[in-house]
Amino acid sequence: MWDAYLFEFVNFYLIPGLVLGCIYALGAIGITLTFGILRFANFAHGEIMMSGAYITWTIMTLLGAAGIVLHPLVALPFACIFVVGLFLLCDRWFYKPFRKAETIKIVIASFGVMLIIRSAVQVIWGPNQIAFVRGISQPNAWLRDVTGDMGAMIIMPNKHLWIFAGTIVIVIALSYLLNKTRTGKAMRAVSDSPDLAHVTGINVETVIKATWIVGGICATAAGVFLVMDTQTLETTMGFRMLLPMFAAAILGGIGKPYGAVFGGLVIGLAEELSAYPWIGTAPLLSPGYKTGVAFAIMVVMLIVRPQGLFKGRAF
Amino acid sequence: MGEYIGFLLYFLSLLTVGGIYAIFALGLNVQWGFAGLFNAGIVGFVAVGAYTYALLTTAESTFHYGGLGLPLPVGMFAAMVASAVIAGLIGAICIRLRSDYLAIATIGIAEIIKLILKNETEVTNGPRGINKIPRAWEHFSEERFYTSWPMSWFNTPEGWEAFFDSLPNWYWQPLFAGTVLLVMYVIYRMLERARLSPWGRMMTAIRENEPASRAAGKDVTRRRIEAFIIGAAIMGLGGALFAQHLRLIEPTNTFDPSKVTFLVWVMLIAGGSGNNRGAIVGAFLIWTIWSASELLIAGAIDLVDAVFTTLDPAILATRAGFLRMMLIGILMQVILQRYPGGILPEVRPASPKAVKQDAGITGETK
Repeated sequence: MWDAYLFEFVNFYLIPGLVLGCIYALGAIGITLTFGILRFANFAHGEIMMSGAYITWTIMTLLGAAGIVLHPLVALPFACIFVVGLFLLCDRWFYKPFRKAETIKIVIASFGVMLIIRSAVQVIWGPNQIAFVRGISQPNAWLRDVTGDMGAMIIMPNKHLWIFAGTIVIVIALSYLLNKTRTGKAMRAVSDSPDLAHVTGINVETVIKATWIVGGICATAAGVFLVMDTQTLETTMGFRMLLPMFAAAILGGIGKPYGAVFGGLVIGLAEELSAYPWIGTAPLLSPGYKTGVAFAIMVVMLIVRPQGLFKGRAF
Repeated sequence: MGEYIGFLLYFLSLLTVGGIYAIFALGLNVQWGFAGLFNAGIVGFVAVGAYTYALLTTAESTFHYGGLGLPLPVGMFAAMVASAVIAGLIGAICIRLRSDYLAIATIGIAEIIKLILKNETEVTNGPRGINKIPRAWEHFSEERFYTSWPMSWFNTPEGWEAFFDSLPNWYWQPLFAGTVLLVMYVIYRMLERARLSPWGRMMTAIRENEPASRAAGKDVTRRRIEAFIIGAAIMGLGGALFAQHLRLIEPTNTFDPSKVTFLVWVMLIAGGSGNNRGAIVGAFLIWTIWSASELLIAGAIDLVDAVFTTLDPAILATRAGFLRMMLIGILMQVILQRYPGGILPEVRPASPKAVKQDAGITGETK
């Protein structure tokens, strides 16, 4: 049963696909919430993710120089504070003036913010790649031995286990927030119908702030998980993630956080599995076209079902 | 004398590139200014135009497909058609949805086009790109042009060689700049005509009040796709001129979204969206600021380098380019918030009926 093919499929295609899917899912949560609540496609989301990863790296390096070695996940909450602050400042300076104007004005503004943040990162940290963690990550020995004894060896480095665990924790926390707390319920209400929510006395500005905070935390986590996986910091990585994240948000349905998680996993898996040799021995699709898979799924969704799988909003 | 020629050539290259950007801005003006369609993938349409032109007009090459060696105008026309076809496909899918989706889809199509250009090495030579793209006027001095029809009718190859040797080596620069400006002017006149025509007024009506124009029996979706295709064709033509100007194109750095898509957006917003003249003014203004700031920053780096000798000027130089981008981004935000109309705000053409009535009241005849 667990032959060489299945071993290869699970370890080199399925697990990396799920890891990528987790990262897309976390990014897409922020995009879908902003799209649902503030009603615009935030192009700056990828760049905010990227800046979160850079800030985490800076915290780690600064403390590392002082002799304190931090795991990225420990530095993550501190970076979140900066990123949430950045989101709130962007909102105040660039998005709030257009709250009452046509939404397309905000989209243009976010397009500009994308460039401003990316250039700022390039000015501060330089345009070249930076190694996030050095060395080759070894597979988790315990997991390898246990699954090896069971006859289905799974090779997973610790970083992937951390990414899975982190994503699960964040999604559970998010579902608690959205279902049990007052703020979360208000967020869902505004997403479903802003006018009705306003009439019932919900403070829309507070909800918008909460959206940026939730989106900021998820975006930082996504950015840090991405660099934990690839081990390099790049200034273009945010822009590269943008399209798959939009695809995930549209696939799951705009304004539906669970849809975004599902969409992210589907897009991540589809991207990795598209390179699996399903027919013959050559990859089904040249790995260079991975990004194209997300785009193709998005275009098909826009034609067939623009409201997404989970009956989100279609404008 | 020599240094004056240097200034003249700098000025000419400013005019050339400014003119090419003005063509992009005019194309975007049809899409955004006339029809309110958000195109975030200008760079994709430009790249399609540039590569189509390059593949059709370069001499036979072993590195990429063909090099068909077709005449330059054929290449430029094909560039327009190729760009328009891509726009037609994407427009048919996304235009009935809200503008945000079109923005996402266009940014996506631009990335996919770049992926294809990078990966299909058989056709496009991949990341190494295509070089020796013939540039209008300069191409006459290439052997394959003066040895063949129609130039071979007028003179022998030796005669032509002697003729081109007698010209200064920058002889083509004023001619090429003139060609670019002429193309820009022709597009401008055509778009002005379109703007004042019933078609242009209908576009404005659709942009301002879609349900009303739908109720008046206008085919909104069709008109929008038309505007999207026309704009993309103009961008494709601009892309062909861009390829001529650069002579070497490759997918990553030549077609950097921030330097094409974003700069064109800033130009149109600064100049005044909806106003063709504004698009041109904005393009030349922002391009002048962009290239002048390069000189300014280079001067500033020399100054900083002289004061703080411990800093590495090379690092400063690479990062200063990004600082420039950041300042342009902030400039756009300021214009968007404080001066949403731009330098030359849009002027709506009056309907012919209103003009006639006014004429009647004041007793003038028109």
